[in-house]
Amino acid sequence: MPSHSQRLLQSILNRLLDMVPTLLALVLAFLVASILLFALGADPGTAINSMLQGAFGTENATAETLVKATPILFVAIGISIAFRGGVINIGGEGQMIAGAVAGVTTALVLKDAPAIITIPMSLVMGFISGAFYGGIAGFLRAYFGVNEILSTIMLNQVAVQLMNYLLNNPLLDPAELGTNHIPKTARILAEHQLPRLTINLPEVLVSIFGHADLFAKTRLHYGLIIAIVLAILTYILLWRTTIGYRIRAVGQNERAAQYAGINVKRQMMLSLVLAGGFAGLAGVVQVLGLQYRLQTDGSPAGFTASAGFNGIVAALFGGLNPIGAIPASAFFGGLLVGAQKMQRDLGVPAALITAINGLIVVFVVSSQIFTQRRQRRRATIAVATADMPEADEPAQPVLEEVV
Amino acid sequence: MNEIFTASVFASAIRLATPYIFAGLGETFSQRSGVLNLGVDGIMLMGAFTGFYAVYITENLLIGVLVAMLTGLVMGLAVAFISVTLKAEQGISGIGVYLFGLGLSELLFQKLIGTPKSVDGFTAIYIPGLSDIQFLGIGEIFFKHNLLVYVAFALVPVSAYVLNRTPLGLMIRAVGQNPQAADAMGINVARVRYFTVTLGGVMSGLAGASLSIALLKVFQQNLTSGMGFIAVALVYFGGWRPFGILAGAMLFSFVNALQLQISGIGVDIPAEFAVMAPYVITIITLIFASKRTEKPTALTKPFERGE
Repeated sequence: MPSHSQRLLQSILNRLLDMVPTLLALVLAFLVASILLFALGADPGTAINSMLQGAFGTENATAETLVKATPILFVAIGISIAFRGGVINIGGEGQMIAGAVAGVTTALVLKDAPAIITIPMSLVMGFISGAFYGGIAGFLRAYFGVNEILSTIMLNQVAVQLMNYLLNNPLLDPAELGTNHIPKTARILAEHQLPRLTINLPEVLVSIFGHADLFAKTRLHYGLIIAIVLAILTYILLWRTTIGYRIRAVGQNERAAQYAGINVKRQMMLSLVLAGGFAGLAGVVQVLGLQYRLQTDGSPAGFTASAGFNGIVAALFGGLNPIGAIPASAFFGGLLVGAQKMQRDLGVPAALITAINGLIVVFVVSSQIFTQRRQRRRATIAVATADMPEADEPAQPVLEEVV
Repeated sequence: MNEIFTASVFASAIRLATPYIFAGLGETFSQRSGVLNLGVDGIMLMGAFTGFYAVYITENLLIGVLVAMLTGLVMGLAVAFISVTLKAEQGISGIGVYLFGLGLSELLFQKLIGTPKSVDGFTAIYIPGLSDIQFLGIGEIFFKHNLLVYVAFALVPVSAYVLNRTPLGLMIRAVGQNPQAADAMGINVARVRYFTVTLGGVMSGLAGASLSIALLKVFQQNLTSGMGFIAVALVYFGGWRPFGILAGAMLFSFVNALQLQISGIGVDIPAEFAVMAPYVITIITLIFASKRTEKPTALTKPFERGE
């Protein structure tokens, strides 16, 4: 029998090896991106340098990266739950909108209430609204067998139109009443906005940064902290509670879960409800922490800035683990912010990042065949030596049965 | 009422159905063989852009169509490699292909063209004699369309014939229904799926071109705005049968045309609800479509040779 420390080492080693295909996928995506850049007449090295500068070069750049990462992280937490539960939620965009609409309405209705009531209520209503919107797709999937990929994509379009309607009519800022109004809500009162986040540096670090209050003059807000805390809580939910166990059991093998007495339909719905709730939070936090009102240019990405899609990419890149989603979201936030500087410096359209995101999804999903092969072999060895794998080992869920 | 249901509404419904028919028929082939290609919209966008750009440069429509189909072929091959050889999860990898097409088409558009410009594109061909029929506006509804519209509608019976009456169609259906048995019969499952998915790619590319150089004659960022996903939904709605797809595409484009007409003559329905209607209808039709039994058994399941 191997000793405990040997087993621990083996477990860590296994996880690191599981990450190799994902990292290779990333390298491959950037290789293709470099070829694209080259074809566009931009030097890939200069472009990457420009992106790094834009994403992390200054204190403000880093803050902007984290600001961009915040909604992506919320969505990615939800996507991790959904994919672990064997349902493919592409509805992050629509669920974000549902959350933002409910959240901003709550904040405006409770404008006379103290912040201690208004802010939490807005967040909760945002979560509930997103959860309800995700729940529609969950209900249709569980009880009518409607493919949730297609229904969530359709619901995204419905949500955009609903938002446009509400912003042009009942939610329209009274100050905008007139003929050529901009569709937007009234501004949320200053005391009902999520506070800006400043980090007070300890004495030793002050000399490095030059001042004690890191991120003081940036747009960074408390949404990031909420997201990180929820990522950790969701990890606990998924791997340390019965609820999480049931969700993952359905994702791993629907039929086996059913034989084990798990209500598969209810778990599927729960997965989509939770995923929708987190996307809803992404939406409401975007309003309360950053934009202070709901405003759109009428296009699907007008409000969400495609965080509903980018969250999928971050979740996959984070290994469908909410904690892994934290650095993954920061990475993709950095890509998006860095791309804007690259566009200014080199004239390479920022749309390149959308294409890279697509490549990363394709490569990460394609590389899972290698991860699965390894895990299968490991499981066989484990059975052969009567040494069961760690119960909390996040094996890849089987998503093939879904559609 | 007569103001709403005019001949021009029916005619534009037929025109609007073209991209859905091309993409939906292509997707039918690949789903019938067991592969769900969710990247249709991305391939359509790339086909729409490359086809448009070719016409923009050469002013030759045939070259535009061929370039769009070639783009679809390359992307279809890539999807086949991803889902057949690498056995990647099809729902998620399809979203990757979509994002790739969305990003790359916008990137190329901004780099190579910059601002939305229009091309001459396909013009309507009046079928001699038939286009003059005044009765019920039949001439205007059916016989005054551009070439790609006629091609799309002609491909419906052709596809049905190929799928149901030819050895190739039998092979495709066998692979989608029971790949193990097909394999035992000596059918090369992977090769059939490569063929259907690549064909689906070509059709998606053509669908994109039908939008950018025939229907709208412009290209802009996210030109399709999700039409490819609707085409995939129509395959479910149509019960994986070409004529079912035609019916679905017609229903969908008719609602679309009606929506344009309603907002055009100022009926008091908020424009947002009119735009929303086709998507809501798609969701409702998916509920009914899910009761269907024709769904290929092996859909989305990668083939593992018996072990």
